[in-house]
Parts: sequence; C-alpha cells; structure tokens
Amino acid sequence: MLAQIWPRVALVAAILLVWWAVAASDLAPDWALPSPGDVWEQLTANLFGEGGLLVAAQRSLLRLAIGMAAAVVIGTLLGIAMAASGPVQRSVGTLMTGLQALPSIAWLPLAAVWLGFGERAVLFVVVIGAFPAIAIATAASLRQAPPTLVRAGRTLGARGWTLYRRVVLPAAVPGYWAGLQQAWAIAWRALMAGELIIAGGVGLGHLLGRASFDTSLILAVMVVIVVIGVAVDYLFASVDRRIRRRRGLIATA
Amino acid sequence: MTASRSLRVVPDADGAVAKLSLRGVSKSFRSATGDVVPAIEDVTLDVEAGEFVCLIGPSGSGKSSILHLLAGLETPDAGEVLLDGRVIAGPGPDRALLFQEPALFPWMSVRANVEFGLRMLRLPATEMRDRADAWLAKVELSEFADAQPHELSRGMRQRAALARALVCRPDVLLADEPFGSLDAQAREILQQELQSLWTELGNTLVFVTHNVREAVLLADRVVVLSARPGTPIEEHRITSPRPRRLEDALLSRVVVDIHEHLVKEVERAAREEVARTDLA
Repeated sequence: MLAQIWPRVALVAAILLVWWAVAASDLAPDWALPSPGDVWEQLTANLFGEGGLLVAAQRSLLRLAIGMAAAVVIGTLLGIAMAASGPVQRSVGTLMTGLQALPSIAWLPLAAVWLGFGERAVLFVVVIGAFPAIAIATAASLRQAPPTLVRAGRTLGARGWTLYRRVVLPAAVPGYWAGLQQAWAIAWRALMAGELIIAGGVGLGHLLGRASFDTSLILAVMVVIVVIGVAVDYLFASVDRRIRRRRGLIATA
Repeated sequence: MTASRSLRVVPDADGAVAKLSLRGVSKSFRSATGDVVPAIEDVTLDVEAGEFVCLIGPSGSGKSSILHLLAGLETPDAGEVLLDGRVIAGPGPDRALLFQEPALFPWMSVRANVEFGLRMLRLPATEMRDRADAWLAKVELSEFADAQPHELSRGMRQRAALARALVCRPDVLLADEPFGSLDAQAREILQQELQSLWTELGNTLVFVTHNVREAVLLADRVVVLSARPGTPIEEHRITSPRPRRLEDALLSRVVVDIHEHLVKEVERAAREEVARTDLA
C-alpha cells in the first residue's frame, strides 16, 4: 500500500515545490503565477456557498452523468448493430472512426445554432464526443468473443439469445468497460471545454470562463477538475482490475 | 491390414443402426487467404453405440472437422452425418464436445461452469447443484467448486471441462485432442481417468489425437486418416482387456505399426505436394 502511494505523494510534493520556488522568485509576477498558498486560500474560501466550487462541481458532474448515460445508450446500441452486421460495421464503423477524429468541441458552434447558446449545446458536445468510443469498443469486444467459448456454449445447448446473453455478452465485458473508461475521459474534457465557452451557467468550466484575470481562482478550478478526473478514473480502473482479476487476465500479486 | 488409398470403414452390416455415421461426407473451409481448402473428402465411417473410436492422422487431415460435423456445429458440403440413423441438424444435449483448451467460461466459478449445460436444460436449481457437485467429486475438484477457472492447474481445468461435458449425461462424447496441451504426467492421469469413466458410463466416444500411443491405449478401434483432404485409410481393432497400460507389449507392436503407416502417409503427401508445385 505504502509503495503505491509514496511515488504519487513525492511527485505532487516536487511539483508544489517547483511551483512555490518559481512563484516566490522574480521570474513571474504574482498576478501571472500566484503561489500554491494563494491558490489554496482561494480554494478553501470558494469551496462552499452559492457560486462556490462544490456546487459548480456538482452541477458539472450531473451534466457529465446525463451526457454519459445518453452516450452509453446510443453507443451500445450502435455497437451491437455493428457487431451483428458486416455492412453496418463497414458503414457506421467508419463514421464512428471519423467522428472520433474530430475533437468534439468543434461541434459547439453548430450545436449552438441548433440548440441555443446554453446547456443543451454543451450536452450535445459531451454526447457526440463520448458515444463513438463506446460504439467502437462495444462492436470490437462483441466480435472478439473467443470462438472456442462460443462453440462450447453451443455444444452445451445455448443458442440464439441465450447464447448471446450467457456467453457473448459476458465475454465482451472487459473490452466494453475499457471503452466506457475511454469515453468518460473524452466526455469530461468535452464538458469542460463546452462550459468554458458558454460562460453563463453553474459549473466548473463556467467558473473558469468567468475568472478572467483572477489567476489564483483559475488555478483553484483547474485543481478541482484534475482531482475529479483522477478520482473518477480511479473508480473505473478499480472496477476494471476487479473484472480482470476475476477472470485471471492479470496476475494476482 | 489393407493399404488401399480409400477405405470404407463400415462395421458388419447386421442391420443395426450405427450410433454415429458419416456417409460420403465432404467438407471444405475458406482459408485466411480466401482459398477454398478441402478438409475431408468422401468420408464414410460408422461408430457403434458404446464404442471408443480414436481418429488419428497427420495435421490437416480434417480430424477436428469430423468432430465439429458430429457435434452439429457445422454442416457437410456433401454426404450425410447421422445420429441413430437421423440427420444431425445442430448441437444437442445428447452429444458433448471436449476441446484441446478447457474452454471454461472465465467469468463463472468452476461449479457454474459445470452447471451450464444443466441450466440450458432448465433443471431445478437443487438438482442442478446436486448433479454438478456429484461430478465435481468424481473428477476430484469438490474443494475447487467455488474457485475461478484460472485458479486451477491445466490438468484440473481439463477435468472440470470433462465434468461439464458429462454432467448432462450425453450418449456421445466427442473429444478434440483434449489432453494435447497437458504435460506428460497430467496427461497420463487423465487418460486413466477417462478409461475408467468410459468403462463405467459406456458412452460412445470419438476421440481425436495425433498421439499414436494415446490412441492405442484408449480405443476399441483406431481409424487412421490420410493427409489433407482427410479420408480413412486404415483401421486397427484393439482388443486388449482394460484397464490397459502403456507398457503392454501387444499394444507397443500396434503403436509401431500405426506409426509406420502414418510416417508413410506424411511422406506420400509431401511427395504429392512437391509434384503439384512442380507442375504449377
């Protein structure tokens, strides 16, 4: 346990030290780079209350949850269709790859025209960023169900929907989960970018967009975004580890 | 023994219907490069109820194709594949298939794996559990019932697969080199276990192997297949009493005999291959 924690603590400490040293020196004026202490003060002073960091984080996470839920439904259904049919895979699959190549924030100007310069445009950007990754992962993990396991299932009397539910779907779980993990990271970045541009609202990105020259507040918000990112990623990774360990896909040390 | 190129392996026509039979069966598959490769050609073979038949042949002789056809996982391009005289339309609980890999479902406990086939038959939960536990005891895996498959050794996994296959009381067990990836010791233990299980249960057993000693040790009848496309070219009846031991001198002679034939067949196939490429 200690061996897992200390490299992280050491790195954070080193970054804080360098930051503190640069801020304290004459290299950067205070308004450009506030010291870690100033940022900490901002963080604690702005944590609670209406318009505070916690409320903003809560609203952002709610948007993320709604956007991810929609992306999971769309992505999973498309992925199942892609896995089931060659023509769908070749057509829709290529479209998904194309969509993935486009940074989802590039959709915002169009989304603003269609849905108005607000909440709904931001959600659109989150969904369109996240669902292609889910669709691609779903299709790939369903297609890669080990043929021997499928054969074993068939000779043991499973077929049709039962074979799908009892063998193909469970075999696809690790790949599908990896897709969700990737999609969440895309969604989180898309959400922050969308909120940042559409400034009127409650959310971490909105706070960032309105902070203008208040650099200690900017840094405080950035810290919160990173902390949430690391925490959610940890949740995904620990579920992933549990799935893989149960199936013997990683060595149990 | 006959040495003709194509041997029709049909037991005496006494009017009884064979448990399994292939009649003039051909099957080809599409290779990775898109070519159509014939796996077996004009195979005619009968297996009697309760008989233990080993199929042996050079790699690419279509041994697995024959098993997959019998299991109902594939359909023949030509000819008929019959079970009790009726055309096989698909997989069924009356035929179990064992693979070279244990092919246990990694997301299920060992017990849930063994229960899988029973679940497909919609048996009540208590009966399912009782039968699964009885079979786990038979293959000496009771204490690993709640373990995940990856926690077992290779030999133990293959024993679990055997329990999973036999718990549904199939008339026919089809085995595709099931001990091929085991070390010598685990292999010997499982061979003995299979012998005694078969003696006890009296299933019809079709067992594919490329190990001549294994075939001679286990089988009532060893059918030798030609190189690709596979077709039966000779057969040996092994009448030694069971349980058999590999040290049996009589068995050793048969092993040497079959081995010589196999080597000749591989050489013949290689010569033909060379002749073909010379022509092309």
